[in-house]
Amino acid sequence: MLLPAIIIPLLTFLYNRDEPRLFGFPAFYWMQLAFILLGVACTTIVYRMTRRGD
Amino acid sequence: MSTDHLTELIIFAALFLLVSVMGFVASRWRRPDTMDNLNEWGLGGRSFGSWITWFLVGGDLYTAYTFVAVPALVFGAGAAGFFAVPYTIVVYPLVFLMLIRLWSVSHVHGFVTPADFVRARFGSPTLALAVAITGIVATMPYIALQLVGIEAVLKAMGVHGHLPIIIAFAILAAYTYQSGLRAPALIAFVKDVLIYLVIIVAVLYIPSKLGGWGDVFDAAKAKFDQTPAPSDGVLLDGTNQLNYATLALGSALALFLYPHSVTGILASRSRDTIKRNMSALPAYSFVLGLIALLGFMAIAAGVKPISADGKADTNTVVPVLFDNMFPDWFTGVAFAAVGIGALVPAAIMSIAAANLFTRNIYKEYIRPDATDKQEANVSKLVSLIVKVGAVACILLLDPEFSIDLQLIGGVIILQTLPSVGLGLFTRWFHRGGLIAGWAAGMAAGLWMLYQIPNPAKGKEHFGGSAYKLSELGLDTKMTVYVGLLALAVNLAVAAAGTLVCRAAKLADGADATSDADYTADKGDPEVKELDLSASA
Repeated sequence: MLLPAIIIPLLTFLYNRDEPRLFGFPAFYWMQLAFILLGVACTTIVYRMTRRGD
Repeated sequence: MSTDHLTELIIFAALFLLVSVMGFVASRWRRPDTMDNLNEWGLGGRSFGSWITWFLVGGDLYTAYTFVAVPALVFGAGAAGFFAVPYTIVVYPLVFLMLIRLWSVSHVHGFVTPADFVRARFGSPTLALAVAITGIVATMPYIALQLVGIEAVLKAMGVHGHLPIIIAFAILAAYTYQSGLRAPALIAFVKDVLIYLVIIVAVLYIPSKLGGWGDVFDAAKAKFDQTPAPSDGVLLDGTNQLNYATLALGSALALFLYPHSVTGILASRSRDTIKRNMSALPAYSFVLGLIALLGFMAIAAGVKPISADGKADTNTVVPVLFDNMFPDWFTGVAFAAVGIGALVPAAIMSIAAANLFTRNIYKEYIRPDATDKQEANVSKLVSLIVKVGAVACILLLDPEFSIDLQLIGGVIILQTLPSVGLGLFTRWFHRGGLIAGWAAGMAAGLWMLYQIPNPAKGKEHFGGSAYKLSELGLDTKMTVYVGLLALAVNLAVAAAGTLVCRAAKLADGADATSDADYTADKGDPEVKELDLSASA
């Protein structure tokens, strides 16, 4: 479950391009910023699934 | 010192004074019965909840140097400098998997440092010593670099010379001595509020003055197209993609092996606190991505870094950008954010290094019968020495040399991964094999770094961390991060060494931990509430 969050941001061929731009950001930049959300989603799901309650 | 920067200086000094007072007051915050043991002084009572941990770890990992150097790298090299973003994305799932086990086993056994764990897991004080020394050596230049961050800001305000830095560090040393980990934890609140404020304003305000984000990127592209160097640009080219990915992964693996990040994690209250933080900390990565883009804004704004002795100091691009773009009073706030951003990690790092020395060198080799109070006192003293050492590094050596040391630090700290990181999951390795692997990885890493030239800076050695695969006889122009190559050597030797030691029937150390220790949580009977100092 955590693996995609580790592997995907390291695959440079996925995002190493200029187009499509988003708000003037080349794909290289906005896609990597979007991966942050992916990372958050993965860790949050795992946290919810394994939580024992405080 | 010119009067142009007077407003900036006043605001900078006022905010600096505010956090200094907070640093001293912090010893009263969540006051313990006694500060005379390492769990209180060095780990803040191990009681930090989600919010404090978030600020503390965030303050720990995103340092002043990051704020100054990452955009400077983007300014100089373009896309390659953006590696900091995937690096900080990847690090949290890794921490989730690994450090959470370290938290559990450390709370069961009262470990304060990663080397404590290694000693108990592999029954080898020698291996623990290797881990401790590696940690201290790797941390020292990191602290020195925080000073480089403050210096960049001071230069932009027209303040030259070393005296202000010495004063700043003397104050920092005094309140760390008194308040321990509580001081940076409290100051981290101020630091982060300032940083968030400055960055949000910067990314909204500066591009609008420069004609929008599209124009910012186009200006950067135009600049890189003009330069002869093939590997810069707003995108990666064929040769540095692998380096980009391996550098991001290697840095992520290195980050949580650094003693100071372990300190931040161990100070938290429960496993859930850590897990919740791993999903909340990436908010900082977002900020870091935006900070990196300040480098492009500086290009678009035509910023020229301040030069001294004919050498341009690219670390000053962000301070100069702020100085050009913001009104004076807000520049003062921005500079204070960077300056305070240097104090928090410097304090945590010196505490972590001091704990390593006390637990794994002093208590192990010099005074095995040291009491808790003596341990705390030694740690306090060593934290002072570490800071003096860091200041000396900056005063006596070329700052360039600190950056080289930092480069080396990242590579050597990775060599503790087999014992610390993999040790959390498997006891398969033999202590002899691990020691041999560590030595081989260190040697290989240093040798490769030594071989890398940097023509742009006119250096023949230690010019960077991108190792050409063609040097290994491979027919490619690709480069790889040295740390991961050295780690591969380390692992191979450790595995081979383990088999040899087994075949030779060399005695292996006893494992003082059990499987259940790695998943224990707050509230479990074996997790002691506060009397953690008794064991180990």
